Amino acid sequence: MAEIINESATAQRGKRRARLLPAHIDMTPMVDLACLLLTFFILTTAFNEPKVMEIVMPQKGEPRDINPSKALTIILAEKDQIFFYNGFADPTEGKLPTMFKSNFSEKGIRKVLLARNKALFEKSYYYKDSVGREMGNYANYPKDSINRQLRKMKNSDKEGPIVLIKAADGVKYGNIVDVLDEMAITNIARYAVVDMNYIEKKMLKDALEGKNVEIQ
Amino acid sequence: MTPMVDLFLLLLTFFILTATFRPDEAAQVDTPTTSSEIIAPKLNVFTIYVSKDNKAFFNIDNGPDSTSHVRSKLLKNMGDYFRVPFTPEEVKKFEGLASFGMPVKDVRLWINAESGQREQLQTGIPMDSLDNQLAMWIHFARLNNPEAEVTIKGDAESDYKVVKKVMDMVQDKKIDRFNLTSTLEKVEVKPQNTK
Repeated sequence: MAEIINESATAQRGKRRARLLPAHIDMTPMVDLACLLLTFFILTTAFNEPKVMEIVMPQKGEPRDINPSKALTIILAEKDQIFFYNGFADPTEGKLPTMFKSNFSEKGIRKVLLARNKALFEKSYYYKDSVGREMGNYANYPKDSINRQLRKMKNSDKEGPIVLIKAADGVKYGNIVDVLDEMAITNIARYAVVDMNYIEKKMLKDALEGKNVEIQ
Repeated sequence: MTPMVDLFLLLLTFFILTATFRPDEAAQVDTPTTSSEIIAPKLNVFTIYVSKDNKAFFNIDNGPDSTSHVRSKLLKNMGDYFRVPFTPEEVKKFEGLASFGMPVKDVRLWINAESGQREQLQTGIPMDSLDNQLAMWIHFARLNNPEAEVTIKGDAESDYKVVKKVMDMVQDKKIDRFNLTSTLEKVEVKPQNTK
């Protein structure tokens, strides 16, 4: 914003010199630029670092023997539907197990998992709690050492369920991640993502039609 | 006004100094939220993206240090395998680029494109059984950097079937442990005292 000073009036007077005024620099453009840059940097800064969830897939091949009383199978279906059944679905052993319809809320599948995994969950919860009380703050304690203890508890656990996660056609990836996250939240020691077999496909079809299904 | 400007400049300095730029990603991926607090590994990793419309994209870094030139080797291998020769200049330029997703024959177009036009070329890596180029990218990535961790960054709205296919491809290369990218959402659960 340069200004042209009309000098002709002073020039005519001849000798009179312009008085030296304290220089006022116009800062507006600089402030404009600073604001612009500030906005740019605020908008481009990524605050939350991306996190990852570790997953170990079971090796392909014959599944290992699972005690039927421990098995819990979760079946996901399209439109955010979730079912589960206990034990095995083996048509040679008479009746097929009943499917239960659940949901992704706190009172849904999480409650089931917590009930089944009560011993291990409480053990690890009180361990973390005691660490927190001992150290004043849970966050001060080295994470890797806590994780090692928790892993030990998981490996020695004998009561918790073995959860098999299966997905039907049309399931969104987000649903699978949600279920895997439930495993982490409820501290399930053993779980795996596996493919559905034909009996379960039939069971799911029946369940969607309202046959042999109960609301949890 | 001076205090305000002072504050602005201070904030500006702060943001300039803390800024880490988001890498240019081939597709917009909204990751699902989980309670996991593990920070994503930054180095020595290769990532497979699955976008909302079920297209696959790929990214790999240059390995443990930049003298490993993993990206260059990978591109040369892919060029030889699919008989699409790349010039040394193109290979060098590829090393500095980020995630991509297009058939191998279009990779050259993408490398030589102006930065504004690159986006249109991101059509997804073919991954059907007749022309499974994604599996070859994974194969050669694994060959050139066996220590790299695998990350799958899927959109929450993408089909599990597609992600499962990608997981199977990774497992076929004898990787059973991998990372799923997610956004943190804290969850706290206490034991219930109902008896």
